[in-house]
Amino acid sequence: MSWGFYVLQSQIRAFDDLLFPQKENSCLLKPLIVFGFALQQQKNLEGYVGFANLPNQVYRKSVKRGFEFTLMVVGESGLGKSTLINSLFLTDLYSPEYPGPSHRIKKTVQVEQSKVLIKEGGVQLLLTIVDTPGFGDAVDNSNCWQPVIDHIDSKFEDYLNAESRVNRRQMPDSRVHCCLYFIAPSGHGLKPLDIEFMKRLHEKVNIIPLIAKADTLTPEECQQFKKQIMREIQEHKIKIYEFPETDDEEESKLVKKIKDRLPLAVVGSNTIIEVNGKRVRGRQYPWGVAEVENGEHCDFTILRNMLIRTHMQDLKDVTNNVHYENYRSRKLAAVTYNGVDNNKNKGQLTKSPLAQMEEERREHVTKMKKMEMEMEQVFEMKVKEKIQKLKDSEGELQRRHEQMRKNLEAQHKELEEKRRQLEEEKVSWEAQQRMLEQQKLDASR
Amino acid sequence: MSEIVPPEVRPKPAVPAKPSHVAPPSSGSALLGYIGIDTIIEQMRKKTMKTGFDFNIMVVGQSGLGKSTLVNTLFKSQVSRRSTSWSRDEKIPKTVEIKSASHVIEEGGVKMKLTVVDTPGFGDQINNENCWEPISKYINEQYEKFLKEEVNIARKKRIPDTRVHCCLYFISPTGHSLRQLDIEFMKHLSRVVNIIPVIAKSDTLTLDEKTEFKQRVRKELEACGIECYPQKEFDEDMEDKSDNDKIREAMPFAVVGSDKEYQVNGKRVLGRKTAWGVVEVENPNHCEFSLLRDFMIRSHLQDLKEVTHNIHYETYRAKRLNDNGGLHPISSGQDTQEIPMPIKHTQVISKPTKF
Repeated sequence: MSWGFYVLQSQIRAFDDLLFPQKENSCLLKPLIVFGFALQQQKNLEGYVGFANLPNQVYRKSVKRGFEFTLMVVGESGLGKSTLINSLFLTDLYSPEYPGPSHRIKKTVQVEQSKVLIKEGGVQLLLTIVDTPGFGDAVDNSNCWQPVIDHIDSKFEDYLNAESRVNRRQMPDSRVHCCLYFIAPSGHGLKPLDIEFMKRLHEKVNIIPLIAKADTLTPEECQQFKKQIMREIQEHKIKIYEFPETDDEEESKLVKKIKDRLPLAVVGSNTIIEVNGKRVRGRQYPWGVAEVENGEHCDFTILRNMLIRTHMQDLKDVTNNVHYENYRSRKLAAVTYNGVDNNKNKGQLTKSPLAQMEEERREHVTKMKKMEMEMEQVFEMKVKEKIQKLKDSEGELQRRHEQMRKNLEAQHKELEEKRRQLEEEKVSWEAQQRMLEQQKLDASR
Repeated sequence: MSEIVPPEVRPKPAVPAKPSHVAPPSSGSALLGYIGIDTIIEQMRKKTMKTGFDFNIMVVGQSGLGKSTLVNTLFKSQVSRRSTSWSRDEKIPKTVEIKSASHVIEEGGVKMKLTVVDTPGFGDQINNENCWEPISKYINEQYEKFLKEEVNIARKKRIPDTRVHCCLYFISPTGHSLRQLDIEFMKHLSRVVNIIPVIAKSDTLTLDEKTEFKQRVRKELEACGIECYPQKEFDEDMEDKSDNDKIREAMPFAVVGSDKEYQVNGKRVLGRKTAWGVVEVENPNHCEFSLLRDFMIRSHLQDLKEVTHNIHYETYRAKRLNDNGGLHPISSGQDTQEIPMPIKHTQVISKPTKF
């Protein structure tokens, strides 16, 4: 019952073989050979140096570190996702005590993570399963892929931030390495929801489409269905995960076999049933037993081998080199575009971000200076205006003052005139009075 | 007559025995001879055979659930074009379409005009809001047509009946519970037409999963207040009730459809051949297809038509005439809402039953 993912070590070895091509292989088995034990097979080296031991060192270090793998499962509820995960990793991730997402009715799409640490043959694997309960279950499923996209992007962003930090000792890799997309076994073709989802996610994550509950289909129906799906995938230009080309004869045969059977039709089960004296995992029907690990019944073994035994490292590499780099360049290009005229910078994408930032800073400084000058000008203008206004009003006041004074003088004169008249009248009246009195006196004598 | 007392003492019967050649009278009055009233059954049968009768069935469900295959299996003939035989150039329609195809099939001298109404595009889009509306509209249009014919001054002798007598709703065999879309559809349409829910492609489920799933579906239907055919309120007497109760316990039927034959144990059976065995369609241990067929065709076919005519159609008619305040038939297409049941319907039937 071993998964055999301690063959990860052989994948790493194979990888390192590419980096350090050796002229002969026997050194792998003799790590402690010292200079004196030079072998006859060495042709180009004067003696044994010992760097052929490098893969072993890498292997030992990575085994100590342990591996991480994040797997995302997407599909409508009831397609057997949880059962398949349990079957793949031979654990009860979703056991009766912790019911899986399918038992809880979701109204909106959620993204849930569950981690489990698996050990085998001295190798540790921290497996994270990302589940998406509620996907495609509502009546209106527009944008049900948005939470999934947001989750993947947020994991990329976390990694980007961790990478850009000053202190980079701890860099946990929680990026989604692989997405298993479950297609319902209708027998006709892809649904519009399937096509939309895959179109939006094929640039962000490795998509492996699977036909769920494949024991519904007879072999002929299965063949036709697979052909139809592959046709539609090509028609819509969806880029599912592609297996890397290898030079090795055997491996390329294996890869071709897998490619012919895409998308893989799987059946999941963890219940053990007796068939012809053998104990196998399968599903018991009144008309027979559908065996999970039988290659003629379904493609489960192929999926397991590919996912765990041969291509796990490659999935991680593609995620790191392709999807993550796409995300990173898009994100950083967007950051440097902020606040700068697009026309000027169209050809400057190749500049390193630091130079970009320097330029930005300079521009920012000049802008600030300009603004300062402008503000000063405006200030002066305002001050002048105010002075002018004040002067004007002063003049105005003076004028009025003058006018009023003149008025006052005029009135004064008038008054004087009147008084003089009055005086004259008084004098004349007095004179008259005296004359009258004189007359009276004259008359009385 | 009392018997001659034999040497042993035997108690004399208290009542004189009746002559055996006359049947004892039951509740009605005693018949003094044979009249021949019971030949009416024979007359009805002859008439039915001559005129034939029509039956309209609608199949609703997401694409790929085996609707057309099941209809072909039910009526043992190619009445429905299976979509796998279509070229894939015919894409999934953007809105729900209604396609109906009629065939006349004959068995034992009885002619039946079977109309199958298909609904491609149901539940297949990303956004399935209100995808039941075209279906509801279609059903009401058929009622409207019938109503117009009925209200005419010069009526046809036999009004062509295009009303949907039965709607088979296909539930996807997820094994967990009903989907939101299923519940919405059935809520809106269980008052308008007889709905029979079936679990499609049930060869996906093992026996345990099947029973669990069925229980859960029944509970959910009850919780949402959805009444599928046969409705509890229309059981007429104890016999009906017990029959229907048995059926209700077994619903929804888990079916498998197939029109291919294979050899199993020397017999030729309809089934699906997989690498691990042959699923026999008519084997009650494998799936409940034979139950569904017997229920729908052999025992309740007439009842389906009657309930459609007496209950659903009458509800529609009452609402229409009440709304208009008179007998003027208004052109169809205006009344497209669902019809709530205003009053509890009694079993009193005043119209002549239609064949």
